[in-house]
Parts: sequence; structure tokens; C-alpha cells
Amino acid sequence: MSEKILMCGNEALAEAAIVAGLDAYFGYPITPQNEIPEYMSKRMPEEGRVFLQCESELAAINMVYGASATGKRAMTTSSSPGVSLMQEGISYLAGAELPSVIVNVMRGGPGLGNIAPSQGDYFQATRGGGHGDYRTIVLAPSGVQELVDCMPLAFDLADQYRTPVLVLADGILGQMMEPVVFNKKPRRKLPPKDWALTGADNRKQNIVRSLWLKEGVVEQHNYDLQAKYKEIEKNEILCEQYEVDDAEIVVIAYGIAARIVRGAVNKARQEGIKVGWIRPITLWPFPTEQISKAAENFKIFLTVELSCGQMVEDVKLAVAGKVPVPFYGRPGGGVPTVEQVLEKIRQLTLRPENVV
Amino acid sequence: MMQKVFTKPEALKDCQTHYCPGCGHGIAHRLIAETIDELGIRGRTIGIAPVGCSVLAYDYLDVDMVEVAHGRAPAVATGMKRTNPDKIIFSYQGDGDLAAIGTSEIIHAAHRGEQITVIFINNAVFGMTGGQMAPTTLLEQVTTTTPLGRDAGKQGYPLQVSELLAILPGAIYIERCALSNPAQVRKAKKAIKHAFELQLNNAQGLSLVELLSPCPTYWRMTPAKAIEWMENEMIKIFPLGRLKG
Repeated sequence: MSEKILMCGNEALAEAAIVAGLDAYFGYPITPQNEIPEYMSKRMPEEGRVFLQCESELAAINMVYGASATGKRAMTTSSSPGVSLMQEGISYLAGAELPSVIVNVMRGGPGLGNIAPSQGDYFQATRGGGHGDYRTIVLAPSGVQELVDCMPLAFDLADQYRTPVLVLADGILGQMMEPVVFNKKPRRKLPPKDWALTGADNRKQNIVRSLWLKEGVVEQHNYDLQAKYKEIEKNEILCEQYEVDDAEIVVIAYGIAARIVRGAVNKARQEGIKVGWIRPITLWPFPTEQISKAAENFKIFLTVELSCGQMVEDVKLAVAGKVPVPFYGRPGGGVPTVEQVLEKIRQLTLRPENVV
Repeated sequence: MMQKVFTKPEALKDCQTHYCPGCGHGIAHRLIAETIDELGIRGRTIGIAPVGCSVLAYDYLDVDMVEVAHGRAPAVATGMKRTNPDKIIFSYQGDGDLAAIGTSEIIHAAHRGEQITVIFINNAVFGMTGGQMAPTTLLEQVTTTTPLGRDAGKQGYPLQVSELLAILPGAIYIERCALSNPAQVRKAKKAIKHAFELQLNNAQGLSLVELLSPCPTYWRMTPAKAIEWMENEMIKIFPLGRLKG
């Protein structure tokens, strides 16, 4: 499929995963991502690969764990409440260093919340969510084409670093239709999976585990994990900048919020306001250095999210008090309009002294 | 010429286990290792260790093994078998793992008829955490969380998971054995081998062998008394024999 076709985000990411070499998909229905298991239930058998509708998200993530332990490319997808249930499994995947891809098409929370788009799971995604000292790589595309492009990257990152990778989308991205092209771009050279469980046939036993009872072993395991995370932080940060060269105000947003902000930035520019835009594509590793550097040139950093303010904490850490970091967002399924963001930008321009 | 009449199975490591004196895990491990040797499947077998006393089963069984979250072994086994139909996948689970926290996973794996083999160790108690009540704990049995003995009105009745599973069409073979004396151990060996053979022969469904197993430490008995208790009390609630297939 190299021609341009119109697809919704959910189906597009499913096809992209298949193109990326997905061996097995395990999932449980939850809105707003049901197009993914439905699409997979048809396409995976066509490709001679595994599709399974599980009894719960708990089972789904553990089936991913099982398939991944044998060296296969495995994925599950869900939405916020379902991803909460998966946190135990994600901690085990991180501890046992099993490559895996988890897509969260976020909806309003907390609790059962609603089925409207949200970015309320930023903390959960970037801070681990499960128990223990671990990190997961988090990719946050802002359009259907980027969603398609980040799926092969997610699988490659998972395999290269032997770590779970989260793709953080939301109800709008999952549902909206955009033209996409499935490019077969050159891929990374990946290490062999000599750790995988394939049967101890003329070789020593392989063990996949996250438990070591001997004193100091888990401590060392944690240092090894941290060294790997440092490596990821060094190599894998993705971030986009727009209209920042002469900007006085910079707006930071990711995912679908960034699309809205981009519209507001364009309109503000037409009004003569010097405003730019920074969009983290990896939420972990976070573009701390890029933002810290930018803070030396701008007067204000406005953060916009579909939440009560989660990424804004990382922005504040990066800015380290150099300039004000005001926040604008709407939680629980509320989606800021271009006009609302524009109004916020206007207010900051008119009364910067009121900025907190 | 001397004749060798007893030897260590190749799939069992030559080391001491951490299990308590009189515990049944060592016997169960050996029966699995003998089976793997006899069927010649060491090079294509993947085992799943539970959370519980036997979490370190991979230190004793010399096959590829994975350690998984408490109760989730049948889901992990599903992920493995679906993507590797040529491999022999078995889970080794205790009664806390399979009959308490993992009831959903075992019931649905059986319900889907997953082609996996489950070895279910029932010692009527949580061993690793120090002897708390399990769903399989007998009425009046004293544990650290039923200091006055299990009371049906407060803690419910012993859960007979094998009987529950036997009604599912996807479970093709369910048998309960006891690691109580040499004759019973031989029966257990036959059952384990049959369960593995079914998978090897591509039989469509899940096979499970429940092994009643002594836990002298948390039954607060000598190993000899524990065997007696198993034969006189436990078997009344968990009757031996083939429940399915």
C-alpha cells in the first residue's frame, strides 16, 4: 500500500503495525479504540498471524508478555481505564526487559470517565504507572500519518532497547480520518534476540525473569536499567519546532492539542503576535534540553493540554524558573478550540505582568 | 558390569532445592523432568513459573522458562502457544496462583481450549508468604489468617477448581492425583505424561493435572503426619481420579 488512502487513526495504526511485522495482537474491546481489534480480527488471519480477543486487559498484556518472551513482535491496544489495568504487566515487561508495544487511545477520566478525547494519562504514561523504578518510551503523534510512521519506530525502539513502548493517542486521533501513505522506509539494524525462549535445543537454558532474591542483584539490575534509560535519553528524543525564530511567546503542546495550537499560532501571527510552537513527539524521553535552551530566548512558555496540567510539570522542570510557564487546558473530554487558545495567547501578550 | 538403576533426569538440574523437608514440589519437578526426557521434548519445551514457593522452578528444571505475574501464567502460556504452535508450553502453578488471583486466566484459557498443559499444585495453603488461607484451605484448617480454623460462614468452602474446569468443553483432560505414597506418585507421573502427550499429539484443548501436595511446614505437622492428613482429610474434599478425558 504505497498509494495515498483515507483511513481513520485506529485502522491506520493497526495496518501500520502489520506492515511493521507484528506477529500477534491481543486486545479487549473499549471505546474509542474498537476499530483496532475489529480491523485486526480480519487482517491478522489474512496474513497468517495471531489475533486474539482476550478476557481482560490484564490477560491481554500478559499474552503480549508471553509472545514477546518467545521473541515475537506483540502488541495490545486499549483506552485509559484498560491501560490502568495493564500497569502490572507493563512493570513486569520493563523488569524482564521484554520488547512490546502498547497503544493508549486516551479518553476522559478518572474512573470510567467518558469516551471523549483526553490527554489525562500523561502522568501514567511518562512516570511508569506500575510499581518500581522503570521508564517506558512514549511516542505522541499528532496526526494520522504520523501515527502510521511511529508504529514501525515503536517496534524498532522496543526491540533495540528491550523495553515496552507506549504510543499515546486520543479519541480524536483514533477516530478522525486523514490521507495516509504506508512507506516502507529503511529500518534500524536490530540486535539478535538470543535471550528469547525458543526451547533449549543444543544450547543452555534461557530464563526470562524479573525476580532475583540474592542481595544486591535487583539493585544492580536497576542500575543497568537506568544506564539503558540514559542511553535512550541521549539518542531518541524527538521534538518539532515551528515559527520560533523571532518568537517572544512559545506554546508547548503534544498530540492532538498541538494541532489545535498550531491553528492558534497561525492566527496569532496574522495579528502580528510573535508566537511560536514546540511539540514534543517523545514524551519520555522528554525534550528537556531543547526546552531549557529555548527558555533563554523567549519571554513566556504557554503549555496547552487536554487535561488539568500534567506535561506542564515537565516543562517547568526544563525551564527551571527562567521564564513564566502558564497553563491552559480542558480536562474530562473538553477540547480547547483554536479561538480559546488564541484568546489565551492574546491575554499573555497584552498583560504579561499577570502571567503566573 | 554394574547396571545403573536410578539416574537424574536430564531436564532436572543437579542441585539442592530450597524447598522445606517433606514438601511435594521436589517430587512434582522430578516427574515433569522425567516426562520431558522420556518424550524427548527438552529442546522445544517452554515452562512458566508462578508466584509462590515454586517461583524459582527454573533453578531446578533445565528447560527454557519464564517467570510471570501472580496468577497470569495461563494468559502468558496463551501468548506463547498461539505464536509458537510447534512448542510444548506448560505452566506450573500453586493454589494461590491458580485458584485465587488467577481464576479468570485459567478459566478463560480452558474455555478457549488453549493447547497448553497445566500442572496445578494444591497444598491447601499459601506457602511462600507464610501459611495464610488459600481458596483450597479445608474447613476448620488453621492458617495464619484463619487462626480459629476456616469457617464456611465467614471464609467460604474449599474451592474445587478442577471440578469447575472439567465442565468446560475446552478442557479435554483433567485429573487429580496425590503425592502421598509411591503408588500415587506413579499414578501422578502417568497423568503428567498423558497431559504432555495430548499437547504433543496436537489434541485440541487444555490439559491439567492437579497434584495434592504436602506442606508440613504450614500445616504445622511432621512430614509423616502431613502425608496422613493428606490421605485422611484432604482427599475427602479433593477426591482423586480422572475428572475429564
